[in-house]
Amino acid sequence: MLGEGIVKGLAETARNFLGSFIEKDRLVTVQYPEERLPVVEAARMFPFLIYDGVDQEEGLRCVACQICEKECPPQCIHIEKSKDKKPDFIGKQQFYPAVFDIDVSVCMSCQICVEVCPFDAIRMDNEFELSTDDRFAGLLWPKEKLAMPNEHYLAIHPTEATEVEARRAEEKAQAEAKKASQPAAVAK
Amino acid sequence: MTQALPSEAEQDQVMEISMGPQHPSTHGVFRMDIRLDGERVLRLKPVIGYLHRNHEKIAEAASYLAAIPYTDRLDYLCSMTNNWGYALAVEKLAGLTVPERAEYIRVIVSELTRLQNHASVVGFLLQDMGASGTPLMYAFREREKVMDLFESLSGARMMCNYMRFGGVRVDCSAEWLSQAAKVVAGFNGFLDEFERLLTGNEILMARTQGVGVLPRELAINAGVTGPGLRASGVNYDLRKVDSYGVYGRFEFRVPLGEHGDVYDRYMMRVLEMRESLRILEQALRDIPSGPFMDPKARLRGLRPKVGEAYARIESPKGELGFYLISDGSPNPYRYRVRPPSLINLTVLEDMCLGQSIADVVVILGSIDIVLGEVDR
Amino acid sequence: MTLEEIRSRLEAFVPGCHAEIVVNGSPSAQNSLLIDRQHGLQAAMYLRDHPELQLDFCSNVTAVDWPDREKAEKIKTKRIVDGVEKEVEETKKTTIPGYLEVVYHLFSIAKKEGPVVLRMHTANRTDEVTLQSLTPVWRSAEFQEREAFDLFGIVFEGHPDLRRILMWEGFTDHPMRKDYVPPPDDDLEILAVSEPGA
Repeated sequence: MLGEGIVKGLAETARNFLGSFIEKDRLVTVQYPEERLPVVEAARMFPFLIYDGVDQEEGLRCVACQICEKECPPQCIHIEKSKDKKPDFIGKQQFYPAVFDIDVSVCMSCQICVEVCPFDAIRMDNEFELSTDDRFAGLLWPKEKLAMPNEHYLAIHPTEATEVEARRAEEKAQAEAKKASQPAAVAK
Repeated sequence: MTQALPSEAEQDQVMEISMGPQHPSTHGVFRMDIRLDGERVLRLKPVIGYLHRNHEKIAEAASYLAAIPYTDRLDYLCSMTNNWGYALAVEKLAGLTVPERAEYIRVIVSELTRLQNHASVVGFLLQDMGASGTPLMYAFREREKVMDLFESLSGARMMCNYMRFGGVRVDCSAEWLSQAAKVVAGFNGFLDEFERLLTGNEILMARTQGVGVLPRELAINAGVTGPGLRASGVNYDLRKVDSYGVYGRFEFRVPLGEHGDVYDRYMMRVLEMRESLRILEQALRDIPSGPFMDPKARLRGLRPKVGEAYARIESPKGELGFYLISDGSPNPYRYRVRPPSLINLTVLEDMCLGQSIADVVVILGSIDIVLGEVDR
Repeated sequence: MTLEEIRSRLEAFVPGCHAEIVVNGSPSAQNSLLIDRQHGLQAAMYLRDHPELQLDFCSNVTAVDWPDREKAEKIKTKRIVDGVEKEVEETKKTTIPGYLEVVYHLFSIAKKEGPVVLRMHTANRTDEVTLQSLTPVWRSAEFQEREAFDLFGIVFEGHPDLRRILMWEGFTDHPMRKDYVPPPDDDLEILAVSEPGA
């Protein structure tokens, strides 16, 4: 019969419409910004730099090795290496970035900097409400804006961060054990 | 552009219009120079390049690894299959192997990509036909579930950047697999609903049957691939022909059309979604445990031997190929994408000649192009 | 049919055709056939219509730029120095002239076989950049050859509609060539605005 298909189709839309009064999962729209979905753990937006402890300058894990700068596909990272060195978490003298800028208007949130970083110094933030009225300076993030405490990392990526913590604790213990055994060797 | 001018008698009736680049039915920035006699199409020339960013040149200047996030942005609806095509080409070039588990994960995410691509393209096709909103929103409701899966696996909804040479970036958890199984189980119900809504619809049939017919011989000669080729009755699905990855292990059929018109291309997508669900059920059931990366594969500093490789996969849009030439340096000497969307456009004029302008919109919608891939 | 068989058949059945196997050193082991530029079209017709090959599907068409390169070779020559014959090592520098190359990846849908890779070289990179178009054999080459013309500057003889495809009309350079220097950003904007059809 002509029109049968249309009637069937309309019955389907009616079922969806009326069903939305009864079934909660038919109402899929989330009224952002009043309502918000939880952010998943893997979510990524723009990178941040991790520092240990309370002092941003002192605790910054980045050693300015510039691997991320080289590997970044859109080339949005700019690093200038320091002249002097400072001790890292196991007491080894390392360089630090005198300048570390990320142009977030260029960054494409691909996470490659995170993957290539051998020092667990850069990770992806999940903050996405970042609009600004200054499209030049407001989108070029300096080191001061990028630095975040390790607690922040533990809060947003708990599974991954706990693993990293455990590995770093082990490395530190090994380094200390080595240090402890060295004076003994000298004494011999 | 130099064209033969129409005769004076013709000039009274013949009109040249430029459809696009900001036309809503062109799915992005695509223009067609159309010569019309009343409503009838006399000539149609696609004009592209508005989204051109020379993807190939960018990738030739970047390392092998740094090109992966750029492939996400080719066909931005199907980043997972783009990743796979490129990873496959590099694996061929460098001789890397992929562990079982990673192959299964790749199949799962690619078939999920196919589901969401086909669901949205059918939605868009109906939108172009004038069914404003309803089918598209139903399709997007389902697509959202797949996107959520991608986000919890890879961290991003569309630009997944998930596959690596010799495996995948992160393993999927048992919890993720059970979530995926839930989405797959629910998808059949959605397809039933979708088909009740559309397939028997008289308006849809009147608008699509016998419109934009693509003959079998032309389809082959013009290099049309994907659902468009199979709608013309050519049994050519790379998942069967090449059995790349672990596709050889799954039981599924390749749906074939008879007439090669828009209706067949629509049905191909609906039927392919059903077959994708079958593959997904098998893959989710059989996925083995084990490593998800080739232990030999290094993330950085890949320097394949001097040589070249061409790898192709069945992306939702057709045959997506990557051709790489290595000169032994850390970045490819030549990097080429064979974009299915662009090559499927070759026959747009042939399908549209003699049809009315309203049908052009429908025919274009049935080809399923994404301009990120056409223009690169 | 192996590539060697295809090669010998091409040379036997396409008069005057010269084909050469290019060995691929990578693990993919996809070797290719280099056809001389005068017989590209005839060879393509033969490959498509041969009942045992039926290469009816031309999947990928692309071009590669090989600029002039310098090759330094160390040659040992015998020379008489102070009345005594000595072996002297000399470095000889030769310039290998560059060329543009097109690559066609052919498959057979009827036989479900492939790929057979065809290559052709232009005479040089500057004034003799003409090759025969294979669009009359495979329509799928139409847009891809236009792309190779646009981005590499290879002129395809016999192409039905050889215009720029990705860059705008009036653009003069070929961006995919290795020696391409992009204009400064502000120039590009002026160019794009002033050119018709941009």
